[in-house]
Amino acid sequence: MNAPVDHKKLIKGATGDWEVVIGMEIHAQVTSKAKLFSGAATAFGAEPNAHVSLVDAAMPGMLPVINRECVRQAVRTGLGLKAQINLRSVFDRKNYFYPDLPQGYQISQYKFPIVGEGEVIVDMADGTQIQVGIERLHLEQDAGKSIHDLHPSQSFVDLNRSGVALMEIVSKPDLRSSEEAKAYVTKLRTILRYLGTCDGDMEKGNLRADVNVSVRRPGDPLGTRCEIKNVNSIRFIGQAIEHEARRQIGIIEDGGTIDQETRLFDPGKGETRSMRSKEEAHDYRYFPDPDLLPLEFTQDFVDELATHLPELPDEKKERFIAEYGLSVYDAGVLIAERESADFFERIAKGRDGKAAANWVINELFGRLNKEGLGIEDSPVSADQLGGIVDLIGEGVISGKIAKDLFEIVWSEGGDPRAIVDERGMKQVTDTGAIEKAVDEVIAANAEKVEQVKEKPSMLGWFVGQVMKSTGGKANPQAVNAMLKDKLGIE
Amino acid sequence: MSVDQETVRRIARLARIAVSDDDVPHLQGELNAILAFVEQLGEVDVTDVEPMTSVTPMAMKMREDGITDGDRPTDIVANAPASDDGFFLVPKVVE
Repeated sequence: MNAPVDHKKLIKGATGDWEVVIGMEIHAQVTSKAKLFSGAATAFGAEPNAHVSLVDAAMPGMLPVINRECVRQAVRTGLGLKAQINLRSVFDRKNYFYPDLPQGYQISQYKFPIVGEGEVIVDMADGTQIQVGIERLHLEQDAGKSIHDLHPSQSFVDLNRSGVALMEIVSKPDLRSSEEAKAYVTKLRTILRYLGTCDGDMEKGNLRADVNVSVRRPGDPLGTRCEIKNVNSIRFIGQAIEHEARRQIGIIEDGGTIDQETRLFDPGKGETRSMRSKEEAHDYRYFPDPDLLPLEFTQDFVDELATHLPELPDEKKERFIAEYGLSVYDAGVLIAERESADFFERIAKGRDGKAAANWVINELFGRLNKEGLGIEDSPVSADQLGGIVDLIGEGVISGKIAKDLFEIVWSEGGDPRAIVDERGMKQVTDTGAIEKAVDEVIAANAEKVEQVKEKPSMLGWFVGQVMKSTGGKANPQAVNAMLKDKLGIE
Repeated sequence: MSVDQETVRRIARLARIAVSDDDVPHLQGELNAILAFVEQLGEVDVTDVEPMTSVTPMAMKMREDGITDGDRPTDIVANAPASDDGFFLVPKVVE
């Protein structure tokens, strides 16, 4: 909490520098077929109230029965966060009134959560790493959904989400800038997606953040915080923090004080505003839910889940660096999504890892981004891209031709090797043919031949000319060597 | 422990129970009588005793992750004072 102050992260106010302190509560929807305490489905996009049991609708006399898979998912997530797993935890009632909360309380965990303290390592864009402490993770029910714009005087309530399992993951106030906050959420999302415990789909609201923001003079105790509720994109998290920090600095510098309150981020205006109506509701009157016994399981149950945990992003990154000789940056890009890492690895197995990484990151990702596609929509399969990498490795095609080949495979499909054969794309390695082209270029450019002797960097121009005259099919290394030889350049 | 009239109003508001000003003194008396009665329990030493939330000495039963319920929106909204197209309708609530 009191790490050395990094002056680059400070915000300049009118009266000096300010440090922003951020903690986050992430609500992550648990990946499960059925809800936390009922047998109704969790799937998105159903007709209104179609995925609702009488338990979710809080009909009198209905009793909750916990879904074992949700418990497993919470434990898996705890293990992925290197966190303390509590073999005994307790469900409490968090009491408040809202039309989309038919019980009048949310079943949550208060004093005894299923997961305790853990840690997330976050890689920043500048190559540095920060450690973010996890305070706790607990299981709770989601509420239903209210729609306010279908009728002038009525709100429409759909309980399909009501009772869906959420994991609330609470960080320590270890974040010091909007960049760190965004990187933390990104990393947490990656971990959850690797574990398969939450799909991380922020557009559907399956991952959302409450952001606690306060400001202080460097070295001072923590300031009064405001909580920004339900921010549903990583970009908005950054904007909300920037706005909120500056708002607080402005108030303090004008001689005011910060009221601890709940605020809402308005993406349209890019600002936060007070949610006064939530103030009174803060008296949640938690008490243990008498409908539910304490949640207890054995260390064997935990160990069994630990054994079957997939390789996590940090481990995969280390392995990619060690096994394929990748740079830290390339490894980081590839592991950000499990699907991308798997795709890369199908190509890299038995091939040059660095070449595979280059092709996946520069050509494939570049092209996918341009078209707005995900890796799962890639028209070029791992086998096809592997085939292209093979052809370059064997010296059958040049790097330049390989890019043309990539375009053909992207738009027309087909086996790269067959395409190269059919369309005569093979690299010219026949020295006679290359020599002929080299001689022609030298003969036609006597003036430049004189210049290049003074200025060897002009060699590239000659290489370009030869490549042009051979339709890009000459082996560039052979051309280079031959030109140097004939022009007498070291 | 006792409650003042302001606390009585606050508890009523949190529970969404309409209490008229005339009722407050009476309710305050009743609540304080109950609290005084419960206060006798303070005489028992409960150091290191965990709060008991259940009398059954058994582990919590769990369900398997299967879809066993749902697809009956008409039943779900059957008792609602107002509904439309499978939705519950409530007086407008907007933040």
